[in-house]
Amino acid sequence: MKTIINSRDVLSGLLFIALGLLFGWQTQELPMGTAVRMGPGYFPLLLSALLGLLGLIILINGLRFPGEMPSGIAWRALLIITGALVFFGFGVRPLGFLPALGVSVFVSALASRLFTFRTALLNTAVMVVFAWAVFIKGLGLPLPLLGPWLGGY
Amino acid sequence: MELFDNLALGFSVALSLQNIFYCFVGALLGTLIGVLPGLGPVATIAMLLPLTFGLPPVSALIMLAGIYYGAQYGGSTTAILINLPGESSSVVTAIDGHQMARKGRAGAALATAALGSFFAGSVATLLLALFAPPLANLALQFGPPEYFSLMVLGLIASVTLASGSVVKAIAMIVLGLILGLSGQDIYTGTPRFTFDLPELSDGFDFVALAMGMFGISEIIRNLEDEHQRSLVAAKVKSLMLTKEEFKRIIAPVLRGTALGSFLGILPGGGAMLSSFASYSIEKKLSRHPQEFGRGAIEGVAGPESANNAGAQTSFIPMLTLGIPSNPVMALMIGALIIQGITPGPNVVTEKPDLFWGVIASMWVGNFMLVLLNLPLIGMWVKLLTVPYHVMFPAIIAFCCIGVYSVNNNVFDVYTMALFGLLGYALVKLDCEPAPLLLGFVIGPMLEEYLRRAMLISRGDPTVFVTRPISAVLLLLALAALVVVLLPAVQKGREEAFKE
Repeated sequence: MKTIINSRDVLSGLLFIALGLLFGWQTQELPMGTAVRMGPGYFPLLLSALLGLLGLIILINGLRFPGEMPSGIAWRALLIITGALVFFGFGVRPLGFLPALGVSVFVSALASRLFTFRTALLNTAVMVVFAWAVFIKGLGLPLPLLGPWLGGY
Repeated sequence: MELFDNLALGFSVALSLQNIFYCFVGALLGTLIGVLPGLGPVATIAMLLPLTFGLPPVSALIMLAGIYYGAQYGGSTTAILINLPGESSSVVTAIDGHQMARKGRAGAALATAALGSFFAGSVATLLLALFAPPLANLALQFGPPEYFSLMVLGLIASVTLASGSVVKAIAMIVLGLILGLSGQDIYTGTPRFTFDLPELSDGFDFVALAMGMFGISEIIRNLEDEHQRSLVAAKVKSLMLTKEEFKRIIAPVLRGTALGSFLGILPGGGAMLSSFASYSIEKKLSRHPQEFGRGAIEGVAGPESANNAGAQTSFIPMLTLGIPSNPVMALMIGALIIQGITPGPNVVTEKPDLFWGVIASMWVGNFMLVLLNLPLIGMWVKLLTVPYHVMFPAIIAFCCIGVYSVNNNVFDVYTMALFGLLGYALVKLDCEPAPLLLGFVIGPMLEEYLRRAMLISRGDPTVFVTRPISAVLLLLALAALVVVLLPAVQKGREEAFKE
């Protein structure tokens, strides 16, 4: 979609300004020190200000020229894959390494439009066995196979 | 000759059974991943980084280097056989390489790529051995102000040679610098940018950031536009070059090697720029330019040599100055830091076994690639037929395992997810993630040198322009910035990158 402003520049400019403000605000509680003996807050504040300034330049440039909206965002993949990662993080302790991994692999397979139940299940099985063989047996990573929720330790 | 002593030391390290093994594993894994489309070398190295933590530093670096040039090499195989460049530096190879394959000369194209890469890799390795130690010696005389300016120059230069908006790229660097400062302040121990989370007291995890920004966001991007790929890989018959073909590749290989070696040293240069530059030079110099685009063997020989030479010489600034010229080198520096080694000119003198061992292993690795790849070509072709929707859940699994196993910390998994989202958002807004990674690695060093420089100068910021070397470095950075911001150059740049 064409727009009279360059939305990608405007949005990224705003994002950088917001991040500059966020980090700048975070430096407020840090001692600044002096130019000779810089405190922990000196350089971070400088950088935050610079980030905000650069964001402003990008924003102004974006308002001056036409451009296109970001398009074709893979919302489905975005949500499902983030979900699968968060699930792994959430489940790896209580459920154990292999169950959490299996569920995450299966769920992330849903992110594809070419998802079929059979391939996803097969993929999950292969990955779980592979992870067990390579990481647990082979490399000996100290990961609990089954967590307390599933009767492990 | 000191050089020979040093090289002998290097080979004694690189040829130990253990290191040959890791070099082999690296080259093999790198080729494997390079062949798989949709997974770049940065994501690969980030993913495999945790595997190297348990190794001694030399073996870890040897393996990572192997992954890097293996990926480089695997990318050109797919470019030639199915016109699908596995990564950006082999985009050019696809043009003429695939045309050659369609004419039944796939074997010749592959052999040209292999021989050209091997030759270029050997020469570049020698250059590295020759020039790295003097450069490190020079850098040892740098004080904090010079170092600060050198890093600024490195960061700016890496941006100006990349594609896309310069202002956005600089903003990405600054964001990376800020993220790199998170965690405890080294002088006072004050927590910074930790958002009161105890998990962030050591800062954002390097592996989680790199995997999220490059691995996860790349997967989401690849899932935007899915279509059933029907891949028809060209048949590979004979790998032999005809006498005439062999004559035609000599000059392009030599030119490509020279060009790549030079561009690789420049920050931001490296493999991709070298291959593009070499292609256009070969086209201009060729006696039969009409053949380019229709299967000219020079169009494979030149760029392939150039990208391999560039990949090799980009180790020079990394090993001697501790300054990454591209995201892959940033990952290498991250690996060094995790191994407890401070990157910089001291590495050459204090860790000669590491320095020379890695250099010698590059030659070993390049040799292995030739031996490994030509006979195994059939296997790589089979791998190409694995559809992406089957492959990516496995990549996700590796990312999860990798990032979790580093610290056994769930928080790192969430960090990875967060940076995956941020990385995807930024890419959608035309902000390349590479400069952010460079900034992230350099951030703490840049601050330290700034603080020390200001301490020496008693708070006088003019120290950066009154010390001659520092002033020259800053002037160069400024010049690079002015040049790319000139409207005329900006247009030319856009066209150059479109080609």
